[in-house]
Amino acid sequence: MSDRPAEPDGVVGTLTKKDFTADREVRWCPGCGDYAILATVQSFLPELGVSPDRIVFVSGIGCSGRFTYYMDTYGVHGIHGRAPALATGIATARPDLHVWVVTGDGDGLSIGGNHLIHALRRNVNIKILLFNNQIYGLTKGQYSPTSEEGKVTKSTPFGSVDHPFNPIALALGAEATFVARTIDNDRQHMTQVLRQAAAHRGAAFVEIYQNCNVFNDGAFDLLREKPQGIHNQIRLEHGKPIVFDEGRRCVAVGDNGRLVIADVETTPPDRIVVHDVHGRPSLAFALAHTSDRPTEPTCIGVFREVERPVYGEAMDRQIELATQRLGPGDLDQLLHSGDTWVVR
Amino acid sequence: MTKAVEERQRVVIRFAGDSGDGMQLTGDRFTNATAVLGNDLATLPDFPAEIRAPAGTVHGVSAFQIQFASEDITTPGDHPNVLVAMNPAALKAELDSVEKGGTIIVNEDAFIQRNLEKAHYTSNPLEDGTLDGYQVYRVPMTSITVRAVEELGLSRKEAERSKNMFALGLVSWMYGRPTDVTLNWLQKKFGDKPQVYDANVAAFKAGYNFGETTELFGTSYRVPPAPAEPGTYRNVSGASALAMGLVAASVRSGLPLFYASYPITPASELLHELSRLKNFGVRTLQAEDEIAAAGIALGASFAGHLGVTGTSGPGMDLKAETIGLAVVLELPMVIIDVQRAGPSTGMPTKTEASDLLMALFGRHGESPMPVVAAYTPGNCFDAAIEACRIAVAHRTPVVLLSDTFLSNSSEPWRIPEVDSLPVIDPRFATGPNAGTEFLPYLRDENLARPWAVPGTPGLRHQIGGLEKDESGSISYDGPNHERMTHLRAAKVAKIADDIPPLEVDDPDGSAEVLVLGWGSTYGTIRAAARCVRERGLSVATAHLYHLNPFPKNTGEVVRAYRKVLIPEMNMGQLAMLIRARYLVDAIGYSKIQGLPIFAGELEDRILEVMQA
Ligand code: SF4
Repeated sequence: MSDRPAEPDGVVGTLTKKDFTADREVRWCPGCGDYAILATVQSFLPELGVSPDRIVFVSGIGCSGRFTYYMDTYGVHGIHGRAPALATGIATARPDLHVWVVTGDGDGLSIGGNHLIHALRRNVNIKILLFNNQIYGLTKGQYSPTSEEGKVTKSTPFGSVDHPFNPIALALGAEATFVARTIDNDRQHMTQVLRQAAAHRGAAFVEIYQNCNVFNDGAFDLLREKPQGIHNQIRLEHGKPIVFDEGRRCVAVGDNGRLVIADVETTPPDRIVVHDVHGRPSLAFALAHTSDRPTEPTCIGVFREVERPVYGEAMDRQIELATQRLGPGDLDQLLHSGDTWVVR
Repeated sequence: MTKAVEERQRVVIRFAGDSGDGMQLTGDRFTNATAVLGNDLATLPDFPAEIRAPAGTVHGVSAFQIQFASEDITTPGDHPNVLVAMNPAALKAELDSVEKGGTIIVNEDAFIQRNLEKAHYTSNPLEDGTLDGYQVYRVPMTSITVRAVEELGLSRKEAERSKNMFALGLVSWMYGRPTDVTLNWLQKKFGDKPQVYDANVAAFKAGYNFGETTELFGTSYRVPPAPAEPGTYRNVSGASALAMGLVAASVRSGLPLFYASYPITPASELLHELSRLKNFGVRTLQAEDEIAAAGIALGASFAGHLGVTGTSGPGMDLKAETIGLAVVLELPMVIIDVQRAGPSTGMPTKTEASDLLMALFGRHGESPMPVVAAYTPGNCFDAAIEACRIAVAHRTPVVLLSDTFLSNSSEPWRIPEVDSLPVIDPRFATGPNAGTEFLPYLRDENLARPWAVPGTPGLRHQIGGLEKDESGSISYDGPNHERMTHLRAAKVAKIADDIPPLEVDDPDGSAEVLVLGWGSTYGTIRAAARCVRERGLSVATAHLYHLNPFPKNTGEVVRAYRKVLIPEMNMGQLAMLIRARYLVDAIGYSKIQGLPIFAGELEDRILEVMQA
């Protein structure tokens, strides 16, 4: 029961994007970054060779929540922030299913923060895509838990005084076993990250920088637009020195042991950090903080990937062991447990 | 010396002591010996909210009451005939409840200055006349226990710990309880800890022999077995009956049980019980909060398991959002509310039945759902199966109401034949239901929608909290919303076709007053009605097991009587429903003291209503 079951027969191998596309009109604002994410996910899924009948998408409330209606898989559009809880029930009950959670910065980090961190901690076999647009879109433009301090919105006319979350650091702090970040309009990079997330056994957390062109346009321009994106994206690759900006700059160990952005030319090669996704979480945590905001050079890619028992599988194992030890449950025996007496 | 043996029909004993004195265990053991003897019985554990309340204080008193009889009884009794008080605080806390002229057995050793002060006694109640009119037995329980276990080389503190077994032994002698039941249990429990085992056995026997040999006690009592239907019996608490009922529903439906819950008094008991039953394929998950517990259970239901969550009032507040989603998703799910005294944190260990209206209406929007209320500890078993049956058959979340009293108290229970239990057919959808299409909200004759679990080829569908039309597509159309609202209501209302009518107990058919109840007041109502009838008067009783929808004949029943009296452990919630639904001028009777209603209190009230 604990091993990933064999995939169903039939459609496997002949799947296309169409097999994952629901026959519904997509209703995000024209130009919204969500369109690109949807297209990338729909195009990527066929390569898993898993029938859409075995895939479940679960979402919460917010613009991202609509995602489930556009996927021709099994789907639950849940309630605000609770998608990880619903998904935990689904994935734990049915380790044979492939469960994906779609959430946003408000849904996943504000009202649903508790469920998110506990799903990560437990290492439930779910893939969580967090669309971070640093704003509340569906409720028409209030600041979110990832909005920068000073952000002027409808609910903060004098600027927000909240300090934002760093979603990657939060996921790492929650002991997530897979943590990555990608960008809505970089189909190739997102596909690569999705591929690794899908292959990961357990909870995978993927933050996707997503442009809300209506309420927070341009929040990630420094990273997602050409040409400046080329200069500011720090693309993490396991086992490789962390060099970016067309080889000009790197992430290096500074004099005090802290990570710094430095010029490759003036940095001794042994000071350039070599990325290691399997190592201690402190490296990933430091990489999450190379910038405070996506307005400076920022890491994308997989920060961390480690193995830990998968939640539903561990639970199944307990059931197997208990059954081995006590024999399969016998209801009649259970009802007769303890002191009994007979009245004739 | 031969001592007199007198026969008694029914006896109420209350064991009371400090939280650390082991009174619940003592009560439990006495209960088991009593059950095996064949008496009918009912118990009422009553303990403080604090885990380790300061020793010797009145609010640290833990008590256990049992009524046992040679006839059918239905309540743990109003006023104890016998109080066993292990210290002054226990005497202080419990004396008022003891019947006039009742028997009081005290641990004399505990009545020292320091303990008297802690209990806020200014003089020793054993000497100042406080106990005049009672039959008082002063037994130096601590010192005799210490002497009895002397040879075992225990520290004094350890030695003293066995004094509850001394008390148990003494009371067991007084009421002729079999000793082997207790001794066997001690063997099972402490067999691998010889010193503890020996100490407990020595103390128990010392207590028993103390009764038999000293001249202090001249008489012991015999309570013959109560007549009972033939069968195999056991003693069962509401909590374990509920747990077994859920497992039975899982076995009889073939659906794996998935129980997600967050620790809360008094519902945690259920989580503990179920988490031991892994070999039944039971998945238990202790969630991060009440909301998640509901969400996880609902997710499990979506995935084709029997999703159940359990909690108490404060948790119900938090689960309302998810229950609302379950109403719209129209998936089977059971939400168990073991009610306790509220609002807010209220009195966590004390009983109340004040979540009825919340179960029916405690969600935003029009969100009807079935409600079932268990009414005796043993009935918790059937109620769990019934809630699961309705949930699965009608594709709906169901609230199952229990309460602290039902959960903690116990009674003899005739063990049912497994084959006699209802079969629950999940009727999973296996193929398209509209030509080649699958419409997730196409309804059957019960207005229930298909349950198509992920993994079923070709039945992919997307459901969610947004309003949808009958084909399952999202719809913001006003008239459609009205139609769907009516459909959801009609679906729940139609469950009335699938439940038995309300039965009335009106032995001579001439009663003018009907006592209508729900939940754990069942025993009290039956006991009170019996007393009224013993006076040669007529009274009818009926008990609602299904609170939504009501049985079809409910209106007919309540309109057939001149007066309808509704006793409740709340401010009159069922009374409000009956008045609103049937325009009947029902009279409420409330008790909200964290304790069950006493049969005597209710009897008085019935007599008043008859005369008015
Ligand atoms: S409000 Fe923003 S996030 Fe929402 S759909 Fe429109 S552009 Fe996209």
